[in-house]
Amino acid sequence: MSLVARVLEEQGVPTVVLSNARDITAQALTPRALFTNYPLGNPVGRPQDLADQRAGLIAALGLLESATEAGTIVDSGRVWSASRDWMRLIFSQEQPFLSDAAEAQRLGETGQR
Amino acid sequence: MAEHVKYIDKTRAYYRSAGYTQDYGWANNETCALTPLSKPLSQCRIGLVSTASLVRLDASGQALDTSRLMGSSKLEVYSLASNWPNARLRSTSEDHDRFQTDMSDVGAYFPKDEFQSLASDGVIGSFADECWRILPNYSKRKVCNVDAPEVLRRVRAAHVDAVVLTPV
Repeated sequence: MSLVARVLEEQGVPTVVLSNARDITAQALTPRALFTNYPLGNPVGRPQDLADQRAGLIAALGLLESATEAGTIVDSGRVWSASRDWMRLIFSQEQPFLSDAAEAQRLGETGQR
Repeated sequence: MAEHVKYIDKTRAYYRSAGYTQDYGWANNETCALTPLSKPLSQCRIGLVSTASLVRLDASGQALDTSRLMGSSKLEVYSLASNWPNARLRSTSEDHDRFQTDMSDVGAYFPKDEFQSLASDGVIGSFADECWRILPNYSKRKVCNVDAPEVLRRVRAAHVDAVVLTPV
């Protein structure tokens, strides 16, 4: 998504990316991004929590007006849960990222290994 | 800087341990453009672009679209009417933390309905009549040279003033 945002900005379209992956967003040099430290899959906000989702969108839209420097990443400061275990467990052997079925399907589609 | 997961390091270690011999080369850029907003948000037409994996369902709950996890070398930009009901969308994502979230609430990652509310409330001028999706793709060249130019063409055709992007 950062790559698409970069192409749009080069062609004169302002963008803002809502990201759950700060390092990937930063390394790609994304024009404007709002980072929320939630598990992957929740870039806008917490599921079943409209107020939190709206807060994410309002903050991201605000960046469209306020950011003056390319590569701006603002941390939204919202917290997923009291426990930070999810941050440790993602991409671990305990919690494999892809299910076996998904791994097989992805291999079939990309032919990579 | 807030605490955050080091996904680049974690994915490298994870896939090496799974037997992959070549690390994925995440995008790494040193310069980028920034286009200022040309008018107040309350007058802007906003568009939504996402890598969310979604299929549309018919009235009986049968999928109308083919599910794919990864993009190919073909042009893969999909438009979705903004008024398509969320109840007739199903996530086929495999790119979320499945131990923390199940993607059943489209609003958490594909917020087209909330954008329509923001338009009704006057926060933004309007929301585009369609949203756009691309597939996750390992090829940065394909994303930049094939999909992104088509996204640009569609957002321009929709007279969008600014684009919000939600990676999944």
